[in-house]
Amino acid sequence: MIEVTNLYKEFDEVPVLKGISTTFEKGKTNMIIGQSGSGKTVLLKCLLGLHTPEKGIISFDGRIHTELGIKERRQLRQEIGMVFQGGALFDSLTIEENILFPLKMFANKPNSEMLDRVNIVLNRVNLENVNKKYPAELSGGMQKRVAIARAIVMNPKYLFCDEPNSGLDPRTATVIDNLIQEITKEYQIITIINSHDMNSVMEIGEKIVFLQNGVNAWEGSNEEIFKTENEAVVDFVYSSNLFKKVRETYLSKTK
Amino acid sequence: MNYLKHIGKYFLMLRQVFRKPQKWSVFRELFFREVEDLGLKSLGIIMFISFFVGGVVAIQTAMNIDSPFIPKYLIGFATKRGIILEFAPTFMSIILAGKVGSYITSSMGTMRVTEQIDALEVMGINSLNYLVLPKILAALFFYPLLILLSMFLGIVGGYFAGIITDLFFSEDYIYGIQLDFDPYFIKYALTKTVVFAFVITTIPAYHGFYVKGGSLEVGRASTKAVVWTSIVIILLNYFLTQMILG
Repeated sequence: MIEVTNLYKEFDEVPVLKGISTTFEKGKTNMIIGQSGSGKTVLLKCLLGLHTPEKGIISFDGRIHTELGIKERRQLRQEIGMVFQGGALFDSLTIEENILFPLKMFANKPNSEMLDRVNIVLNRVNLENVNKKYPAELSGGMQKRVAIARAIVMNPKYLFCDEPNSGLDPRTATVIDNLIQEITKEYQIITIINSHDMNSVMEIGEKIVFLQNGVNAWEGSNEEIFKTENEAVVDFVYSSNLFKKVRETYLSKTK
Repeated sequence: MNYLKHIGKYFLMLRQVFRKPQKWSVFRELFFREVEDLGLKSLGIIMFISFFVGGVVAIQTAMNIDSPFIPKYLIGFATKRGIILEFAPTFMSIILAGKVGSYITSSMGTMRVTEQIDALEVMGINSLNYLVLPKILAALFFYPLLILLSMFLGIVGGYFAGIITDLFFSEDYIYGIQLDFDPYFIKYALTKTVVFAFVITTIPAYHGFYVKGGSLEVGRASTKAVVWTSIVIILLNYFLTQMILG
């Protein structure tokens, strides 16, 4: 379990996270949602260790991030897989080299074994015959799948995704969402997704954390988000007519 | 005040750069890749410029010697001195600052804005060490060779200029380049080259690594990197000349 307790982060004396506390559980797709500037990305970067919070505790299965030594922190980072918004694949490397990269850096295994692992994860994300291609030769959806493959190649315990389906068509976005959820269940990992996409929030959000102005304003499941009366959540999630209608239909059916 | 902040940040960056590489086999691969990107791919431009500028230096010297009392072998002598002491180490370094410096800043800046550097950090990799150290060592290893080649081609360019223009005899030119040859000048030039190679890789790396924003900022950072690298090279050239030859 990842536990966040009373997390504060500021930039140039402007507070961005103002005492966030929450938990993220194993085998669940956890989602962080909120308006632009609400602190989602900063929270994710604090969890990843890319930002150091001013105050608060982040604990990964009992290991408190700020209290870890360099070696333990490096070990923890090897247990984290990350899917960046734009994929963040290394342009100068082929798809195979991209996925091989963490293995080459950290796993002391023969090359043939590492290549087998690359092919296993590529198959897992349903990609074939792309090994020797460069990221620029793939579509956005395929790049995201490669990013997922790279994120899971080291068998991570924690998977972080920053807007994994931004810029994708609805069908490909659903494929990516389902893939992330399947992987979460299959590998029993803790998945945290930072998203703006209400469709994926409704589809795969088993736990949703709603941030507003750097504060954890609401938490619940994708079932509970339909029923909530929290004004800020309703205002944000049901801002489109389509989702308003979906909610009305859901509520009328459950009455 | 802002300059001091940047200087401090630059030295803090160097502290991260000079750490033990995470994996030597990966480091070796990166080192040879950088030798190709930063060194071998600059061979063409360095050879072309050195040959023609060497020719121009010889022609200009010949045309400015009017007095019959000045021996013609001084053309070869002056061309050799000018090329070895200043043209090859300093001006070739400024050309490399433009070519290689902008490449380093733009490639690292693009990695920064497309989150590729964040991806390295998340994996637990010291991104500065991984990205910058191979560049520095590749430049320190290859640039002295490049500058030696530049010296040779500059002098050869001067020789051919004499043959083509008939402004001086090739025998005089060859006598001039052999006259009063001091190997210490080569040492001086290579010492400067090593210092400049360090500057050419680290200042653009600093500008690329800490870029914020998008493609426009990457472009601006590249320009800034080339300007600052050239300024630092010129200043260091002055101080090194004072220290070594003064």
